[in-house]
Amino acid sequence: MKVKVVVTLKSGVLDPQGKAIQQTLNGMGFSNVKDVRQGKYFDIDIDESDEQKSKQSAEEICKKLLANQVIEDFKII
Amino acid sequence: MNSSVIIFPGSNCDRDMDVALKKFGFKNKMVWHDDDKLPKSDLIVLPGGFSYGDYLRCGSIAGKSKIIQSVIDYAKSGGLVLGICNGFQILTETGLLKGVLQQNKNIEFICKNVFVKINNSENKFFENIDRDILELHIAHNEGNYFCSEDELKSLEDNNQIAAYYCSSDGKVDDRSNPNGAIKNIAGIFNEKKNILGMMPHPERMIDQSLSGEDGSIFFENLLKNLK
Repeated sequence: MKVKVVVTLKSGVLDPQGKAIQQTLNGMGFSNVKDVRQGKYFDIDIDESDEQKSKQSAEEICKKLLANQVIEDFKII
Repeated sequence: MNSSVIIFPGSNCDRDMDVALKKFGFKNKMVWHDDDKLPKSDLIVLPGGFSYGDYLRCGSIAGKSKIIQSVIDYAKSGGLVLGICNGFQILTETGLLKGVLQQNKNIEFICKNVFVKINNSENKFFENIDRDILELHIAHNEGNYFCSEDELKSLEDNNQIAAYYCSSDGKVDDRSNPNGAIKNIAGIFNEKKNILGMMPHPERMIDQSLSGEDGSIFFENLLKNLK
Protein backbone atom coordinates (compact mmCIF):
# COMPACT_ATOMS: atom_id res chain seq x y z
CA MET A 1 0.00 0.00 0.00
CA LYS A 2 1.22 3.47 -0.80
CA VAL A 3 1.32 6.03 1.96
CA LYS A 4 2.06 9.71 1.54
CA VAL A 5 3.74 11.67 4.29
CA VAL A 6 4.27 15.40 4.63
CA VAL A 7 6.78 16.73 7.18
CA THR A 8 6.64 20.43 8.01
CA LEU A 9 8.33 22.68 10.52
CA LYS A 10 6.24 23.43 13.59
CA SER A 11 4.73 26.86 13.66
CA GLY A 12 7.01 29.29 15.44
CA VAL A 13 10.17 27.50 14.29
CA LEU A 14 12.32 29.70 12.09
CA ASP A 15 12.33 28.58 8.42
CA PRO A 16 15.10 30.56 6.66
CA GLN A 17 14.54 28.82 3.31
CA GLY A 18 10.80 29.50 3.39
CA LYS A 19 11.56 33.11 4.22
CA ALA A 20 13.99 33.42 1.28
CA ILE A 21 11.39 31.90 -1.06
CA GLN A 22 8.75 34.33 0.20
CA GLN A 23 11.05 37.31 -0.31
CA THR A 24 11.95 36.11 -3.83
CA LEU A 25 8.27 35.73 -4.70
CA ASN A 26 7.59 39.22 -3.39
CA GLY A 27 10.50 40.49 -5.54
CA MET A 28 9.05 38.69 -8.59
CA GLY A 29 5.86 40.65 -8.23
CA PHE A 30 3.81 38.23 -6.13
CA SER A 31 3.29 40.93 -3.57
CA ASN A 32 0.32 39.09 -2.02
CA VAL A 33 2.52 36.24 -0.71
CA LYS A 34 2.63 36.77 3.05
CA ASP A 35 4.48 33.67 4.20
CA VAL A 36 6.07 30.47 2.85
CA ARG A 37 6.91 27.40 4.91
CA GLN A 38 9.00 24.73 3.23
CA GLY A 39 8.45 21.05 4.01
CA LYS A 40 9.28 17.53 2.84
CA TYR A 41 7.09 15.00 1.05
CA PHE A 42 7.57 11.20 1.04
CA ASP A 43 5.91 8.49 -1.05
CA ILE A 44 6.26 5.24 0.85
CA ASP A 45 5.35 1.83 -0.54
CA ILE A 46 4.56 -0.52 2.33
CA ASP A 47 4.15 -4.24 1.67
CA GLU A 48 0.82 -4.45 3.50
CA SER A 49 -2.74 -4.53 2.15
CA ASP A 50 -4.52 -3.44 5.34
CA GLU A 51 -4.91 0.34 5.37
CA GLN A 52 -4.97 0.60 9.15
CA LYS A 53 -1.75 -1.40 9.52
CA SER A 54 -0.02 0.61 6.78
CA LYS A 55 -0.87 3.84 8.50
CA GLN A 56 0.34 2.46 11.82
CA SER A 57 3.68 1.56 10.23
CA ALA A 58 3.89 4.98 8.59
CA GLU A 59 3.26 6.69 11.90
CA GLU A 60 6.05 4.74 13.54
CA ILE A 61 8.36 5.50 10.60
CA CYS A 62 7.63 9.21 10.95
CA LYS A 63 8.25 9.23 14.68
CA LYS A 64 11.44 7.18 14.51
CA LEU A 65 13.08 8.67 11.42
CA LEU A 66 11.29 10.98 9.02
CA ALA A 67 10.38 13.77 11.44
CA ASN A 68 12.43 15.29 14.23
CA GLN A 69 9.64 16.08 16.60
CA VAL A 70 11.62 18.78 18.37
CA ILE A 71 10.95 21.06 15.39
CA GLU A 72 8.81 19.13 12.91
CA ASP A 73 5.23 17.89 12.59
CA PHE A 74 4.16 15.12 10.23
CA LYS A 75 0.92 14.35 8.45
CA ILE A 76 0.00 11.03 6.82
CA ILE A 77 -2.24 11.75 3.85
CA MET B 1 44.27 6.98 27.50
CA ASN B 2 42.36 5.18 24.76
CA SER B 3 40.08 7.02 22.41
CA SER B 4 37.95 5.96 19.45
CA VAL B 5 36.79 8.04 16.52
CA ILE B 6 33.74 6.75 14.65
CA ILE B 7 33.86 7.06 10.86
CA PHE B 8 30.59 7.40 8.98
CA PRO B 9 30.32 7.56 5.18
CA GLY B 10 30.82 11.27 4.58
CA SER B 11 32.77 12.05 7.76
CA ASN B 12 35.63 14.36 6.81
CA CYS B 13 37.16 15.50 10.11
CA ASP B 14 37.88 11.97 11.34
CA ARG B 15 41.54 12.06 10.26
CA ASP B 16 42.09 15.55 11.71
CA MET B 17 40.64 14.33 15.00
CA ASP B 18 42.88 11.23 14.90
CA VAL B 19 45.95 13.45 14.35
CA ALA B 20 44.91 15.79 17.17
CA LEU B 21 44.19 13.02 19.68
CA LYS B 22 47.48 11.27 18.94
CA LYS B 23 49.43 14.52 19.08
CA PHE B 24 48.33 15.03 22.67
CA GLY B 25 48.95 11.47 23.78
CA PHE B 26 45.74 9.51 23.22
CA LYS B 27 46.01 6.00 21.81
CA ASN B 28 43.37 6.42 19.17
CA LYS B 29 41.49 3.82 17.13
CA MET B 30 39.25 4.45 14.15
CA VAL B 31 35.91 2.61 14.26
CA TRP B 32 33.73 1.97 11.21
CA HIS B 33 30.03 2.80 11.51
CA ASP B 34 29.03 -0.70 10.45
CA ASP B 35 30.85 -2.35 13.36
CA ASP B 36 28.72 -3.16 16.34
CA LYS B 37 31.29 -3.15 19.15
CA LEU B 38 33.47 -0.33 20.45
CA PRO B 39 37.07 -0.95 21.43
CA LYS B 40 37.86 -0.29 25.10
CA SER B 41 37.84 3.52 25.23
CA ASP B 42 38.11 6.37 27.69
CA LEU B 43 36.69 8.74 25.09
CA ILE B 44 34.47 8.28 22.03
CA VAL B 45 34.48 10.99 19.38
CA LEU B 46 31.84 11.54 16.72
CA PRO B 47 33.71 13.69 14.19
CA GLY B 48 32.62 16.46 11.87
CA GLY B 49 31.66 16.05 8.25
CA PHE B 50 28.59 15.28 6.20
CA SER B 51 27.58 11.80 7.30
CA TYR B 52 25.35 10.18 4.67
CA GLY B 53 25.51 13.37 2.63
CA ASP B 54 23.32 15.16 5.20
CA TYR B 55 20.36 13.28 3.68
CA LEU B 56 16.97 13.72 5.38
CA ARG B 57 18.38 15.85 8.23
CA CYS B 58 22.01 16.32 9.27
CA GLY B 59 23.02 13.41 11.46
CA SER B 60 19.66 11.61 11.23
CA ILE B 61 20.86 8.56 9.27
CA ALA B 62 24.12 8.28 11.25
CA GLY B 63 21.94 8.41 14.35
CA LYS B 64 20.44 5.04 13.30
CA SER B 65 23.68 3.36 12.18
CA LYS B 66 24.84 0.03 13.57
CA ILE B 67 27.56 1.36 15.90
CA ILE B 68 25.30 3.98 17.46
CA GLN B 69 23.57 1.61 19.90
CA SER B 70 26.99 0.83 21.41
CA VAL B 71 27.75 4.56 21.62
CA ILE B 72 24.40 5.16 23.36
CA ASP B 73 25.04 2.30 25.82
CA TYR B 74 28.57 3.61 26.47
CA ALA B 75 27.27 7.16 27.03
CA LYS B 76 24.45 6.02 29.30
CA SER B 77 26.88 4.09 31.45
CA GLY B 78 28.80 7.33 32.02
CA GLY B 79 31.44 7.06 29.27
CA LEU B 80 32.86 10.26 27.84
CA VAL B 81 31.47 11.18 24.41
CA LEU B 82 32.52 14.19 22.34
CA GLY B 83 30.58 15.22 19.22
CA ILE B 84 32.05 17.96 17.04
CA CYS B 85 29.96 19.68 14.37
CA ASN B 86 28.24 16.81 12.51
CA GLY B 87 28.99 14.77 15.64
CA PHE B 88 26.94 17.28 17.65
CA GLN B 89 24.13 16.97 15.11
CA ILE B 90 24.26 13.17 15.43
CA LEU B 91 24.10 13.40 19.25
CA THR B 92 20.92 15.51 19.09
CA GLU B 93 19.39 13.11 16.56
CA THR B 94 20.02 10.13 18.87
CA GLY B 95 18.37 12.03 21.72
CA LEU B 96 21.54 11.90 23.86
CA LEU B 97 21.57 15.70 23.73
CA LYS B 98 18.57 17.99 23.72
CA GLY B 99 17.48 20.26 20.90
CA VAL B 100 18.41 20.36 17.24
CA LEU B 101 20.86 22.10 14.90
CA GLN B 102 18.89 23.99 12.29
CA GLN B 103 20.03 25.68 9.12
CA ASN B 104 22.05 28.85 9.75
CA LYS B 105 19.84 31.90 10.04
CA ASN B 106 21.43 33.64 7.04
CA ILE B 107 21.22 30.46 4.84
CA GLU B 108 24.95 30.56 4.24
CA PHE B 109 27.64 27.98 4.84
CA ILE B 110 29.87 29.61 7.45
CA CYS B 111 33.59 28.87 7.53
CA LYS B 112 35.59 31.12 9.85
CA ASN B 113 37.27 31.47 13.21
CA VAL B 114 35.06 32.40 16.15
CA PHE B 115 35.54 32.95 19.85
CA VAL B 116 33.72 30.83 22.39
CA LYS B 117 33.29 31.35 26.09
CA ILE B 118 33.36 28.25 28.24
CA ASN B 119 30.38 28.39 30.53
CA ASN B 120 30.80 25.37 32.76
CA SER B 121 34.12 23.89 33.76
CA GLU B 122 32.81 21.44 36.36
CA ASN B 123 33.24 18.48 34.05
CA LYS B 124 35.94 16.28 32.53
CA PHE B 125 36.07 18.32 29.32
CA PHE B 126 36.86 21.75 30.72
CA GLU B 127 37.88 21.27 34.35
CA ASN B 128 41.03 23.28 35.20
CA ILE B 129 41.26 24.77 31.71
CA ASP B 130 43.64 27.74 31.66
CA ARG B 131 41.48 30.03 29.58
CA ASP B 132 37.75 30.53 29.42
CA ILE B 133 37.75 32.18 25.98
CA LEU B 134 39.04 30.13 23.06
CA GLU B 135 39.43 30.96 19.40
CA LEU B 136 38.18 27.97 17.42
CA HIS B 137 37.07 27.28 13.87
CA ILE B 138 33.53 26.69 12.62
CA ALA B 139 32.49 25.28 9.25
CA HIS B 140 28.82 24.43 8.96
CA ASN B 141 25.53 25.02 7.24
CA GLU B 142 23.37 23.75 10.10
CA GLY B 143 24.74 25.10 13.37
CA ASN B 144 21.81 27.19 14.48
CA TYR B 145 21.06 25.56 17.83
CA PHE B 146 17.39 25.48 18.74
CA CYS B 147 15.35 23.97 21.55
CA SER B 148 11.99 24.61 23.19
CA GLU B 149 11.70 27.19 25.95
CA ASP B 150 11.21 24.43 28.54
CA GLU B 151 14.32 22.64 27.31
CA LEU B 152 16.32 25.87 27.35
CA LYS B 153 15.25 26.51 30.92
CA SER B 154 16.29 23.02 31.99
CA LEU B 155 19.64 23.39 30.16
CA GLU B 156 20.24 26.63 32.04
CA ASP B 157 18.99 25.33 35.39
CA ASN B 158 21.23 22.24 35.20
CA ASN B 159 24.23 24.24 33.93
CA GLN B 160 24.27 22.19 30.71
CA ILE B 161 25.32 24.98 28.38
CA ALA B 162 28.97 24.23 27.62
CA ALA B 163 29.97 27.27 25.56
CA TYR B 164 28.61 30.46 24.02
CA TYR B 165 29.75 32.28 20.90
CA CYS B 166 31.32 35.53 22.05
CA SER B 167 33.55 38.43 20.99
CA SER B 168 37.32 38.28 21.46
CA ASP B 169 36.89 39.90 24.87
CA GLY B 170 34.15 37.52 25.93
CA LYS B 171 31.02 39.53 25.24
CA VAL B 172 28.08 37.25 24.41
CA ASP B 173 25.90 39.29 22.08
CA ASP B 174 24.11 39.22 18.72
CA ARG B 175 27.15 40.50 16.85
CA SER B 176 29.22 37.52 17.95
CA ASN B 177 26.49 35.02 17.06
CA PRO B 178 27.51 33.53 13.69
CA ASN B 179 24.50 31.36 12.91
CA GLY B 180 21.45 32.49 14.86
CA ALA B 181 21.85 29.91 17.62
CA ILE B 182 19.44 30.47 20.49
CA LYS B 183 21.23 32.41 23.27
CA ASN B 184 24.53 32.15 21.30
CA ILE B 185 24.82 28.47 22.28
CA ALA B 186 27.88 26.84 20.68
CA GLY B 187 27.84 23.62 22.69
CA ILE B 188 25.87 21.74 25.34
CA PHE B 189 26.21 18.82 27.74
CA ASN B 190 23.82 16.10 28.78
CA GLU B 191 22.60 16.24 32.38
CA LYS B 192 25.53 14.23 33.76
CA LYS B 193 28.08 16.28 31.71
CA ASN B 194 29.75 13.18 30.25
CA ILE B 195 28.48 13.98 26.74
CA LEU B 196 29.57 17.19 25.02
CA GLY B 197 28.35 18.36 21.63
CA MET B 198 29.72 21.53 20.07
CA MET B 199 29.86 23.10 16.63
CA PRO B 200 33.41 24.58 16.81
CA HIS B 201 36.34 22.36 15.80
CA PRO B 202 39.18 22.22 18.36
CA GLU B 203 41.01 19.69 16.15
CA ARG B 204 41.52 22.42 13.53
CA MET B 205 43.41 24.64 15.97
CA ILE B 206 46.34 22.53 17.07
CA ASP B 207 49.15 24.06 15.03
CA GLN B 208 50.27 27.66 14.92
CA SER B 209 51.42 27.33 11.33
CA LEU B 210 47.93 26.24 10.24
CA SER B 211 45.47 28.40 12.11
CA GLY B 212 46.06 28.66 15.82
CA GLU B 213 46.62 26.65 18.94
CA ASP B 214 43.61 27.21 21.15
CA GLY B 215 42.43 23.69 20.30
CA SER B 216 45.67 22.40 21.85
CA ILE B 217 44.61 23.90 25.18
CA PHE B 218 41.40 21.89 24.99
CA PHE B 219 43.05 18.55 24.13
CA GLU B 220 45.96 18.92 26.58
CA ASN B 221 43.54 19.75 29.36
CA LEU B 222 41.17 16.91 28.44
CA LEU B 223 44.00 14.38 28.58
CA LYS B 224 45.15 15.75 31.93
CA ASN B 225 41.61 15.43 33.32
CA LEU B 226 41.33 11.82 32.19
CA LYS B 227 44.64 10.65 33.68
